[in-house]
Amino acid sequence: MNPRLRWRKFVSNFMLTMTGCCALVAVSVLFFILGNLVYHGGSSINWNFFTKLPVPVGETGGGMANAIVGSAKLLLLATLFGVPIGFLGAIYIAEFSGSKIAFVVRYSADLLNGAPSIIIGIFAFSIAVHPFKHFSTLAGGFALGVMMIPITLRSTEGFLLDVPRTLREGAMALGASKWKTIVTVIVPAAYRGILTAILLAFARVAGETAPLIFTALGNSYWSHGLNEPTASLPVMIWNYAISAYDDWHRQAWAAGLVLLALILVINIVARAILSRGISVPRA
Amino acid sequence: MHASVRQAVSVNITPPVTTAVSRETAAPAELRMSISKVNFWYGPKQVLFDINLGITTSKVTALIGPSGCGKSTLLRTLDRMHETVRSARLEGQILLDGKNILDQDVTQLRRRVGMVFQRPNPFPKSIFENVAYGLRINGSKLPMAEAVEKSLRHAALWDEVKDQLHKSAYELSGGQQQRLCIARALAVEPEVLLLDEPCSALDPISTAKIEELLVQLKDLCTIVTVTHNMQQAARISDFTAFLLNGQIIEFSPTPQLFTKPGDPRTEAYITGRFG
Repeated sequence: MNPRLRWRKFVSNFMLTMTGCCALVAVSVLFFILGNLVYHGGSSINWNFFTKLPVPVGETGGGMANAIVGSAKLLLLATLFGVPIGFLGAIYIAEFSGSKIAFVVRYSADLLNGAPSIIIGIFAFSIAVHPFKHFSTLAGGFALGVMMIPITLRSTEGFLLDVPRTLREGAMALGASKWKTIVTVIVPAAYRGILTAILLAFARVAGETAPLIFTALGNSYWSHGLNEPTASLPVMIWNYAISAYDDWHRQAWAAGLVLLALILVINIVARAILSRGISVPRA
Repeated sequence: MHASVRQAVSVNITPPVTTAVSRETAAPAELRMSISKVNFWYGPKQVLFDINLGITTSKVTALIGPSGCGKSTLLRTLDRMHETVRSARLEGQILLDGKNILDQDVTQLRRRVGMVFQRPNPFPKSIFENVAYGLRINGSKLPMAEAVEKSLRHAALWDEVKDQLHKSAYELSGGQQQRLCIARALAVEPEVLLLDEPCSALDPISTAKIEELLVQLKDLCTIVTVTHNMQQAARISDFTAFLLNGQIIEFSPTPQLFTKPGDPRTEAYITGRFG
């Protein structure tokens, strides 16, 4: 074999190995994190963890029930607040506005998306905590909701624009108004992508800590209604992880494991939903 | 490929010619649509110049011409689909049953003037829901199942899909999808059906089926079709308009245009010297 050809073969094999290794590293990070969480926190996951309130240092058998319920409430509020705004805003810029307005909205959304979450926290504090003189679940939901807006908006817009123009024309040629076309053809054609985007936004804010420290604060007890400060998994992890007690460290690992498991479950559910129904084939 | 195209010629060329004669003598001036002095621009570029054209009721009118001559644009003005392009501008008059379509509510107009596109574009829904779509958005009170069956029969698709109405429309072949789109357009019972090169993405056998179908559909509605395929125009149409650079060069009964073209440019085009 001539040297030139041998060199080419070597480069080809070398690059193949490199890309393969990088792909492997990318995957293994997730499994490393999962393994680590299970190793450190697995032993603290038991019935008490899901049903009991935290207990003072030294006592055994406490759990994080209030943080789990608190996170659920915060995420529900965030979704109810952030998703409709992001979704309808995306419909406006994808379907109705001119390209100038769309550009401004898109650019602002990207900037908001890039804003550090602690800034969002301070903003939510000044709007939803300071005027009312107390921390609350509502304020926390608001902060997380603000973070969901740009993610939902940008990805929904992308999926709406991906719907082939021929489908729009097909609906309009049958006498469908613009709004009817959007509701009956375009959104259904894009709904899988949109749903995925919403779930990703959900998963993204599920682990946010900084905005919650400023808004929902934390709580060692049950939080009633939406107007009291509430515990949440990320803040609980933060508080327990910086403490000096081994037992709390284990609980923090366990909380991390629960949070990650929650996000994985959401992803799997999303995939299951997405595999049903009729999708537009790629041209 | 050649053989099947030839076959389609021999099957289809006779009926339009015979009906054309009888209908013309019965009602010579029955125009469903009439286009007068239409000029059309995309931004600064003018693409149609002084178009005058009459669309005869229950006949097939074909628009032929080389790529970019404006035949698709002209077709799209007939149900105002050109308005989906922001920079489009139209001047002139287009009458449907004597009334200017440019003054009418556009959604109402498109219920009366249906359109089938170059590539099959079924919605991501079941076969049944595709056909029912137009009826549903128009709040039709008709029994849905019957109306869907009727439209699918008109589109010569019923026998092939009657046992799989709830399957995805994308499971059909390209030719079946195009007939589904025709069924979908027919469901709202349009007076005029516009077709924009409906066979250009299809194989010869599917093409022959659709051509046969169009000839039968004349009894149901008036048909205007764009085609880059001259043999197709000759096979299925009663009238043919030849467009070149945004102008109508010649408009006559199809047999005449193809056998005794009145303009040298028409003759050059149909004998294959350009385009």
